[in-house]
Amino acid sequence: MNAVTETWVEVGALCDIPRQGARVVKTAAGCIAVFRTDADEVFALNDRCPHKGGPLSEGIVHGTSVTCPLHAWVFDLNSGMAQGADVGHVATYPARIEAGRVYLGLRP
Amino acid sequence: MMKKLVVIGAGMASGRMLEHLTGWNVTLFNAEPRGNYNRLMLSPVLSGEKTYEEIITHDADWYAARGIDCRFGEPVVRIDRVNKTVYSNLGGAPYDALVIATGSAPFIIPVPGHQLPGVVTYRDLEDTHAMIAAAKPGSTAVVIGGGLLGLEAAAGMAARGAEVTVIHLMGHLMERQLDPSAGYLLQKDLERRGIRIHCKGATKAILGKDRVEAVLLEDGTVYPADLVCMAVGIRPETRIATDAHLEVERGIVVDAQMRSSDPAIFALGECVQFDKQLFGLVAPLYDQAKVLAAVLNGEEAAFAPVQTATKLKVTGVDLFSAGDFAEGPGREDIVFRDPGRGVYKRLILEGDRLLGAVLYGDTADGSWFFDLIKQGTDITDLRETMIFGPGFGGAKADPLAAVAALPPEAEICGCNGVCKGTIVQAVTGGAHTLDAVRALTKASASCGTCTGLVEKVMAVTLGGAFTANANPPMCKCTDHTHEEVRRLIKAQVLQSIPAVMQELGWKSHGGCASCRPALNYYLLADWPLDYCDDRQSRFVNERNHANIQKDGTYSVVPRMWGGVTTPDELRAIADAADRYNVPMVKVTGGQRIDLLGVKKEDLPAIWSDLNAAGMVSGHAYSKGLRTVKTCVGSAFCRFGTQDSTGLGIKLEKLLWGSWTPAKVKLGVSGCPRNCAEATCKDIGVICVDSGYQISVAGAAGLEVKETELLISVPTEDEAMEVIAAFTQLYRENSRYLHRIYKWVAKVGLDWCKDQMEDLENRRALYDRFMLSQSVYQKDPWAELAQRPEDWAPLKTLALEAAE
Ligand code: SRM
Ligand SMILES: Cc1cc2nc3c(=O)[nH]c(=O)nc-3n(C[C@H](O)[C@H](O)[C@H](O)COP(=O)(O)OP(=O)(O)OC[C@H]3O[C@@H](n4cnc5c(N)ncnc54)[C@H](O)[C@@H]3O)c2cc1C
Ligand code: SF4
Ligand code: FES
Repeated sequence: MNAVTETWVEVGALCDIPRQGARVVKTAAGCIAVFRTDADEVFALNDRCPHKGGPLSEGIVHGTSVTCPLHAWVFDLNSGMAQGADVGHVATYPARIEAGRVYLGLRP
Repeated sequence: MMKKLVVIGAGMASGRMLEHLTGWNVTLFNAEPRGNYNRLMLSPVLSGEKTYEEIITHDADWYAARGIDCRFGEPVVRIDRVNKTVYSNLGGAPYDALVIATGSAPFIIPVPGHQLPGVVTYRDLEDTHAMIAAAKPGSTAVVIGGGLLGLEAAAGMAARGAEVTVIHLMGHLMERQLDPSAGYLLQKDLERRGIRIHCKGATKAILGKDRVEAVLLEDGTVYPADLVCMAVGIRPETRIATDAHLEVERGIVVDAQMRSSDPAIFALGECVQFDKQLFGLVAPLYDQAKVLAAVLNGEEAAFAPVQTATKLKVTGVDLFSAGDFAEGPGREDIVFRDPGRGVYKRLILEGDRLLGAVLYGDTADGSWFFDLIKQGTDITDLRETMIFGPGFGGAKADPLAAVAALPPEAEICGCNGVCKGTIVQAVTGGAHTLDAVRALTKASASCGTCTGLVEKVMAVTLGGAFTANANPPMCKCTDHTHEEVRRLIKAQVLQSIPAVMQELGWKSHGGCASCRPALNYYLLADWPLDYCDDRQSRFVNERNHANIQKDGTYSVVPRMWGGVTTPDELRAIADAADRYNVPMVKVTGGQRIDLLGVKKEDLPAIWSDLNAAGMVSGHAYSKGLRTVKTCVGSAFCRFGTQDSTGLGIKLEKLLWGSWTPAKVKLGVSGCPRNCAEATCKDIGVICVDSGYQISVAGAAGLEVKETELLISVPTEDEAMEVIAAFTQLYRENSRYLHRIYKWVAKVGLDWCKDQMEDLENRRALYDRFMLSQSVYQKDPWAELAQRPEDWAPLKTLALEAAE
């Protein structure tokens, strides 16, 4: 990630994302899944599983991981790396909360 | 001549500043009719553990010795910056330098009735006295807000004998400082003191004629209340600063010398905003006080915010949280639970540093962790053992701890009503093998699902002398098997996922995609009235009430009761297929119609159309009742002996909406020719002249298996009762994801037959099934279709970049 070219874009209220769940943000470059953990952290990952394209936003969120809804690969929300025996990586985006709103760091 | 300093507000922050100040001629205004006292200690005053006199920090002698002109009970109403004078309603006071230290104002939710007498906040001595006056034995009080202040108010009033209810909007208490597990433990401790806790409760109105009488929630619950305390939050008290046109955002904006946008005016305490931050605990305010005193004394000083730690001041509750729980890449958790002692610890790490800590039940190491956080200590070498504290002696989480912690009266074997004490007695009396324990106590001698638990009780009793049979644990988050978890949920009356994870010593934070759906099912099946279904613990299909397809679209299958439809229903399906551009309409193997390839955001609309035509979800995606296949039966068929179509429809109407360990499919055939393929279903009915043969445990998927006869009954009513009762038996006893045939293979068909032949037991099972249906038999879309915005993208960013 290149901090110099990122701009922070407001995408909605934290409370619009269910705890231990996700919502999708549509962008020109594809869908981004914005996750909210039970500790109210937010993470943003590409909404496409590297296995067969499953929508990660529909997976079960546990701790800071998500399990893909189609064939149960598990990804670390911090790094986007597949866990365990599976090999793969999902692009991540910087995300933060300010005054109850969620911002994504996107490159224009 | 000494220069004149005017201070507005005699609170925690300004009091500390005055202690460090020299060389000024001070005038001190305070809205409260008294000087500085320790606001933090209002809670012990409320609970009766301290008196007001004991918490005064600065008395009349102290002010007199320093020549401070005290103007208590005189709120400042205006600042005249041009003439450097502040005014109360009694007169003015000129200043060379001014300090605003007005603290915060409690937030009041403007629900109807919020102005009734008897509604108080929790900020000062007047509020505290109002609560003391109201909180008599036998009185009722409602506290709105389950944060730090609300809980201290609730515990204080409860200590004085009032019956207190806390209403909290979020899913668990103190959600800003605690994670759900610690929140659960806290709730349990408070409930043990007789405080009722209502989470996820939104206040709709405060009811009463001349003063408060009750509180009404959005969900219709009403709690009687002689007093209502609103503790929902605070906001900086900035009104006079705003009126004076100082720079104010959320608080009065100050620099590191506590100077506002006017160089002669300073501010400190909860009313200020520094570097975009507000401050709500005293530790940073004391630092501000020292900095400001130094600046006023002409010395160099700069304020830098430090991390803060929170402790709840409720006697007997040990809770500590510190540091950062907010988002950040590369963070990890270490979790430790000791269910026996009610201890929970969670550390949050980033790389080689400790970021945050939540401790419950044992907070002895709190200051050590806090120090590691503040110092940013490299914890690489401590990492393995740090959760056990600085005095680590090698203790490890014990998989038997949860069983060891069970009281003797905890029921281990549900079938035979055998409690832990009885098993322990048998073991100490010489029964050292499972068979011996079985013979003596009958424990695990029936359905056998408690075998693992019985073995663990034996292992705990015998120490190292006994090794339990290897039965794989539920998942890597726990050492317990599914069966043990199910029994312990009942034995320990565990009614939430955090409760299960805490009491049974879960090793992960928040479980995984394998245990969470199972726990959600066990809890809703065992506690239909008390447990609240957790949508986020369900697989995608059940969460979205539609079957996800390989391309991320969904399929929509409305119920077609017993495989019978009408021209109107077909028209509604056809219209929906047209309106939402459904790519494929298919007849399923379950005698109904599937609309495949529907977009997620169209689901609420397509379902509200189908609902309007009288159709409900077919649950083609659920671990629950799927279809009841029927043949035409006596209504049309020349061989039909009974109305198989009618019975199939009645059964589907009886069973639909129920959640089960795995999917359940039925078939009803009108005669032994069996055109509805009833003999390869989970439950099948073959109609014969003398009545109904009910057979179970068939399969035609991954395995193919013929059903076996459970019971024959003469009437339709009995058939319905048996089938509902058998379904309930399965719901209560099977492990998650086991189809009926797998479960019956474990518990034995004979045991199932006994359960059905015992008429009293059958009736009780039926009643429990119907109780659950009273909660769960509802069309999910009736509610879900109301909020289409939840199904759309959170945001669609302008696509110009692509164009
Ligand atoms: C739609 C349907 C096929 C069809 O077009 O006819 C179907 C479709 C699926 N079946 Fe089926 N099954 C369908 C009837 C059957 C039947 C026949 C029946 O019900 O009479 C069987 C064999 C009978 C049985 O269940 O024993 C059947 C045995 C399975 C199995 C194996 C289950 C087992 O325990 O052995 C699975 C896999 C599973 O559930 O884990 C499965 C799983 C699936 C899933 C849900 C796979 C998945 O998880 O995504 C398919 C969803 C496709 C989709 O994208 O929507 N489907 N499936 C049928 C829907 C019936 C309905 O109206 O609800
Ligand atoms: C019950 C309770 C328990 C708490 N427990 C803890 C705890 O355990 N730990 C912790 O760190 N913090 C705790 N706090 C928070 C802590 O008390 C505050 O952070 C702290 O008191 C803020 O100090 P302050 O000087 O900014 O404001 P305050 O102490 O609120 O003082 C402000 C004073 O200014 C006066 N004032 C306001 N407007 C005017 C005006 N126009 N003219 C004149 N006077 C005015 C007010 O009457 C008040 O006396 C608790 C608070 C409460 C209420
Ligand atoms: S048999 Fe069932 S699970 Fe297999 S492809 Fe066909 S519909 Fe899917
Ligand atoms: S598409 Fe995600 S695991 Fe297969």
